[in-house]
Amino acid sequence: MNNYFVKRFLYLIPTLIGASILIFFLYSLIPGNFIDTDPNLTAERKAELYALYGFDQPTIIRYFIWMGNLFQGDLGYSLQFQRPVTEVLNNYIWSSFIVAFASLFLTWGIAMVIGVISATKQYSFFDSFITILVFGAMAIPSFFLGLIAIKFFAVDLGWFPAGGMTTSGADYTGWAYVKDIAEHMVLPVIVLTMLGIGGLTRYFRTNMLEVVKQDFVRTARAKGLKEKVVIYKHALRNALLPAITLFAFELPALFSGAIITEQIFNWPGIGAIYMQAFSVRDYPLLMGFTMFIAVLTVISNLIADILYGVADPRVRVK
Amino acid sequence: MTQQKPLLSVNHLKTYFQSDDGLVKAVDGINFDVYQGETVCIVGESGCGKSVTAMSIMGLLPDSSTIQGSINLDGEELTKLSKGNMRRIRGNKLSMIFQEPMTSLNPVMTIGEQITEVLLEHQVISKKQAIKKSLELIKLVGIGRGEQIIKSYPHQLSGGMLQRVMIAIALACDPKMLIADEPTTALDVTIQAQVLNLLQDLKEETNMSMLLITHDLGVVAEVADRVVVMYAGKVVEQGTVEEIFTDPKHPYTRGLLQAKPVLGSRKKRLYTIPGQVPKLVDLKPSCYFADRCEHCMEICTQQTPELKCNDNSEHKVACWLYEKEVVHQ
Ligand SMILES: Nc1ncnc2c1ncn2[C@@H]1O[C@H](COP(=O)(O)OP(=O)(O)O)[C@@H](O)[C@H]1O
Ligand code: SF4
Ligand SMILES: [Mg+2]
Repeated sequence: MNNYFVKRFLYLIPTLIGASILIFFLYSLIPGNFIDTDPNLTAERKAELYALYGFDQPTIIRYFIWMGNLFQGDLGYSLQFQRPVTEVLNNYIWSSFIVAFASLFLTWGIAMVIGVISATKQYSFFDSFITILVFGAMAIPSFFLGLIAIKFFAVDLGWFPAGGMTTSGADYTGWAYVKDIAEHMVLPVIVLTMLGIGGLTRYFRTNMLEVVKQDFVRTARAKGLKEKVVIYKHALRNALLPAITLFAFELPALFSGAIITEQIFNWPGIGAIYMQAFSVRDYPLLMGFTMFIAVLTVISNLIADILYGVADPRVRVK
Repeated sequence: MTQQKPLLSVNHLKTYFQSDDGLVKAVDGINFDVYQGETVCIVGESGCGKSVTAMSIMGLLPDSSTIQGSINLDGEELTKLSKGNMRRIRGNKLSMIFQEPMTSLNPVMTIGEQITEVLLEHQVISKKQAIKKSLELIKLVGIGRGEQIIKSYPHQLSGGMLQRVMIAIALACDPKMLIADEPTTALDVTIQAQVLNLLQDLKEETNMSMLLITHDLGVVAEVADRVVVMYAGKVVEQGTVEEIFTDPKHPYTRGLLQAKPVLGSRKKRLYTIPGQVPKLVDLKPSCYFADRCEHCMEICTQQTPELKCNDNSEHKVACWLYEKEVVHQ
């Protein structure tokens, strides 16, 4: 068993090296860069800047320099912000994280409850109603949903602020500051939740329907157990197992920002920064960020495996 | 035995399913009794409605079904019970084991949890007492190392062991009636005999009644007191095990007996009844066995024969061959 995890862990190394090669060369081989984009620079100044940022070196050498820096926790230097990439990420990633985290929490909680109820009442009014809502929510594009939310809850009803992360001009501290951010979070979180909830609800419903058909659920009923016990103790536990893996895969999404939603709500998150970096060709930032997400993805895979092993006796006890 | 009241009495039971093809008459007006301490076997080919009969008695049918007639257990009319009251009987006074031991237990719960669960549901005992009782039950069904077994998960045990665990669960609350639906079909031949003997011994020890469903007449010969032969949702013959084996009347029963593997050459099937069980949708009044029967007469395709006695015994058969007026024709 321990051997398995050691092996699993060692597999991470070639995976990450492969990812780094892909990421580095894809961005390096695209013609043009941050310096070329600026028409005001003289050729002389350009050459100076090339030397300064190391663009005059061969690509292979640059890759090893980049990798060497990565190992020291240095993701590179953002040309656009004129700061280390780690610092830029650190400045924006947490605002994306709090929104993603709140929405993840809501999405999973609601999807699980609705999915399970839908499955136990298959083809009932509730089930059909939810199915229609779910497909509706999945079909609406995020920008439309976001604008509707702003129009309705922010403009017409005035319940929540329309955008931003804090009230501009206000100088809150302590709890007042937390409350202010929370109020600004509500609409983006609702929109993100509505976007994510559909697929997950279907997933839980399907899983649950699959499980309640199984023989051991029939046995549980034949034992005279209460229907609640049959569903929530016997069936749900089994339906949740495959979801553990899915849940671990959400880890990178917590840090990768929501490009469109952040744009609409003017939320200072990493998604918006990512888009900006593209338009000015701030490749060090893009490479650093992509590599960061790649590492998170690989780690979340490992966590998924470990969690699954802990939760499923068929894997845990051999 | 016949003078006392039966423990289980099934009368005019009809269980129909609404399906896409139409109304499936899976069980179509059957009658039989099971007395205290008796083993009754239901035999018939696959798809004859045996499992549906069992699930009707257990009250575990899906919502797409309708049930008519009467199922009386120990003086209580099961078809009229509320869901809650039926639940209190299930696993308690009336319990059941199934064909597939490998999938019949919850893969993420320990054997111990799954045995104590039924005790804690139906009896007023502490968790400690329940665990003690579980260990006794495991011993009762002939498994050693109880302490270790209660901590293991289903995937760690063999099919035969799991079926023993299922029996332990079924017997936990001292049922009066045990339904066993093809309990040995999924097991290895050598294990089959062991599990069957275990069931037989336990039945004798506890004086419970057993309704054993099987398509294997070898099993019937070993354990049955009385036999109910089912075909296409109907009972076609019914009698004591001697009557059925020495004097089978219905051509279907005779076919089954002919198809029975002879002792010592278990695997070689000497004979199979040609044709198959009809689909149980839109059946016209007739003997449903008619297209497979070598004695088929004109009336067989026009009218359904009734299950009745033709002499003073309890041996009943539903076949036009034994109807007096037909013989006169
Ligand atoms: N839930 C159901 N819906 C529709 N038809 C069913 C259902 N369960 C069983 N049947 C039908 O009832 C018939 C009898 O099935 P069953 O009792 O399982 O046969 P067996 O004698 O092999 O146990 C079969 O034709 C089967 O297709
Ligand atoms: S009723 Fe007719 S068809 Fe049916 S079993 Fe008897 S003889 Fe054969
Ligand atoms: Mg069956």
